[in-house]
Amino acid sequence: MSNTGALNIAAAGADAAAHDLAGPRGARPKRALSGRNIMIYGTLAVVSLYYLLPLYVMMVTSLKGMPEIRMGNIFAPPMEITFEPWVKAWATACTGLNCEGLSRGFWNSVRITVPSVFLSIAIASINGYALANWRFKGANLFFTILIVGAFIPYQVMLYPLVIILREMGLYGSLTGLVLVHSVFGMPILTLLFRNYFTSVPEELFKAARVDGAGFWGIYFKIMLPMSLPIFVVAMIIQITGIWNDFLFGVVYTKPDLYPMTVQLNNIVNSVQGVKEYNVNMAATIITGLVPLIVYFASGKLFVRGIAAGAVKG
Amino acid sequence: MAATRRPPTLFRNLNAKIAAIPMILTALVVFVGGTAWTVVYSFTNSRLLPREKFVGLDQYERLWSSNKWLISIENLFIYGICSLVLSLIIGFVLAALLDQKIRFENTFRTILLYPFALSFIVTGLVWQWILNPQFGIQAVVRSLGFESFSFDPLYNPDIVIYGILIAGLWQSTGLIMCLMLAGLRGIDEDIWKAARIDGIPMWKTYLFIVIPMMRPVFITTLVIIASGIVRVYDLVVAQTSGGPGISSEVPAKYVYDAMFLSQNLGQGFAGSTMMLLAVIIVIVPWAYLEFGGRKRHV
Repeated sequence: MSNTGALNIAAAGADAAAHDLAGPRGARPKRALSGRNIMIYGTLAVVSLYYLLPLYVMMVTSLKGMPEIRMGNIFAPPMEITFEPWVKAWATACTGLNCEGLSRGFWNSVRITVPSVFLSIAIASINGYALANWRFKGANLFFTILIVGAFIPYQVMLYPLVIILREMGLYGSLTGLVLVHSVFGMPILTLLFRNYFTSVPEELFKAARVDGAGFWGIYFKIMLPMSLPIFVVAMIIQITGIWNDFLFGVVYTKPDLYPMTVQLNNIVNSVQGVKEYNVNMAATIITGLVPLIVYFASGKLFVRGIAAGAVKG
Repeated sequence: MAATRRPPTLFRNLNAKIAAIPMILTALVVFVGGTAWTVVYSFTNSRLLPREKFVGLDQYERLWSSNKWLISIENLFIYGICSLVLSLIIGFVLAALLDQKIRFENTFRTILLYPFALSFIVTGLVWQWILNPQFGIQAVVRSLGFESFSFDPLYNPDIVIYGILIAGLWQSTGLIMCLMLAGLRGIDEDIWKAARIDGIPMWKTYLFIVIPMMRPVFITTLVIIASGIVRVYDLVVAQTSGGPGISSEVPAKYVYDAMFLSQNLGQGFAGSTMMLLAVIIVIVPWAYLEFGGRKRHV
C-alpha cells in the first residue's frame, strides 16, 4: 500500500512537473548515438534476429538439394537454388498410402475453414446482437456459462462431442468438423460482438425501433453495415485459429479428410523412408503461408483480433 | 405498465431467444453437459466404449500410479512454471523496450509477433529441425571446432521438455509482448514525468510504480498463459511425439492416447477431469478477483 501512497504524491506533483518540463528548454536533446539508444536498438536487433532465424532456416533448407543439406550447415545459404522440394511437397509427398502431397490437405483445410468461418461468425454476430440489444431474462446466465466454458480444456469435451456427432451421423465428416469449430469459436466471437454492439449508441437503436424496424431489420440495415471492422477482426481470429487447428482435425475427421496441419505432421514425422528435410521444410512453409499472409495483410487488426481471441488459445 | 397485459414471458422477445438458441445449446449441451458427462464417466470402467459400470475412484488410482501420467504431470509442471515466468519477463522487457519511443517500432513488433500466427505444428517442426543434433545448432557449433559441444535437447530425456519450451516461448512471447505493450500504453504519461522529476531511476519506476499499476494486465495475461499451458498438445506431437521414450509426455497427450489410441476411455476421462480441476484452480481465484467485487454493485 505504501506504493500507491507514493504514487498519489507523484501524481499530485505531476502537474507542477509538467509545467517545468514544458519550459523553454524542452525535452533533453536526443543524441542519435547515446549509449541508451545503442543498448535498446542493439537488444531489439539481436532479439529480432532470433525470432527471424527459424523462418530463414526453413526458407534456406527448402531451397537446397539433399546432398547439400547433408554436407553443409543449416544456416548456410543454398549454393544451388532448387524449387524441386516445393513441387514435391505440394504434389507428390507421401503420407501412408497416399502420395498426393500437401495439395489434398490444403483443399481440405479450405473446405473446412471457409464454411466454419462463415457459420461461426453468422451465428455469433446474431447472438451477440441479441445479447447486447434485446436482453431477455436468463441471457446473462447462458452467456456466463459460455465464457467460463471457453476455459475448459478441450480434452474434457472431446468424447461427448464424438458421441453427439455420431448420433447426428456427422462423425468423420467435414460437416461435423465445421460444426465443432463453430461451437468452440462461439464464446470468444459472441463476446467480441456483444461488446461491440453494446458500444453502438442506443439512440440509433431506439430511432430505428420508432421507425418500425424489427429484430432482423435493425440487424441487417443498421448493425451489420456499421460493424464491418469487427467482422474483419472476427474473421482474422477464425481463419488463423481454424487453419492452425490440429486436435479437432485429427479427432473428428478421417485420413482422407485430414486438414493440412495433420497431413503436414504425418508427412514430416512419418517413420518410413529417408527423411527429406528440404521437402519437409517446404511443406512446413506452405502450411504456414495462409496464416502468415493473413497476418501481414491485416496489420494492426490482427493485434486487435489476437488480443480479443487470446483466450481461445 | 400493467403486468397482466404483457404476453407470456416465454414469448416476449421471441426473435432474440431464437437467435440465442445456438449459444444456449452450446453452453448447456457441450460445455455443461459434455463436462458433466466426462466427469461422471470417469468413475466407470469404460474401455473401448463408454460403460455404466461404476467403479468409484479406480480410474484415478490407476491414473496416479501410471508412470506415464506422473511424467506428464511433472513435464507440465516444469513447462508451466518456466513458460509462465519466462514469457512474463521476456514479454514485459520487450514491451518496455518497444515503449521507449523508438523508430521502427512497427517493424520490430511485426517481427516479434509473426510466430504467433503460425500453428504449433509448424512451430514444432521448425524447431525440431533447428535442434536436430545431426544438422542443427549442435552440428554447426561442432563444425566451428568445438568438437565436444553438445546441445540436443529433443534427444535427451533429461532436458527434452526444455527443448519444447524453447519452441513454445518463441511462438507465444510476441502475444504477451503485445498485451504488455497495451498495458504500458495505458499508463498515464504524467507518472513518468513525475518519476523523472523526483529523480527515480527508470528501472525503479518500472518495478515499483508501473508494474503494480499494471496488475490487471498481468493477471489477465497470467490466466491466458496458464489456460494455454494446460492444453499443450500439438507442440509436443510435432516436436517429439512424447519421446524419447515417454520423457516428453504431457497430460493432454495422455488423454488423447487413452481415448483414441489405446481404447482406454476411462483413463482418458479421469485424466481430462484432472485437467479440468487444474484449470478450475487457476480460474476461480481470478474470476473472484475480476468479477467478485463488482457483483455487489450490479
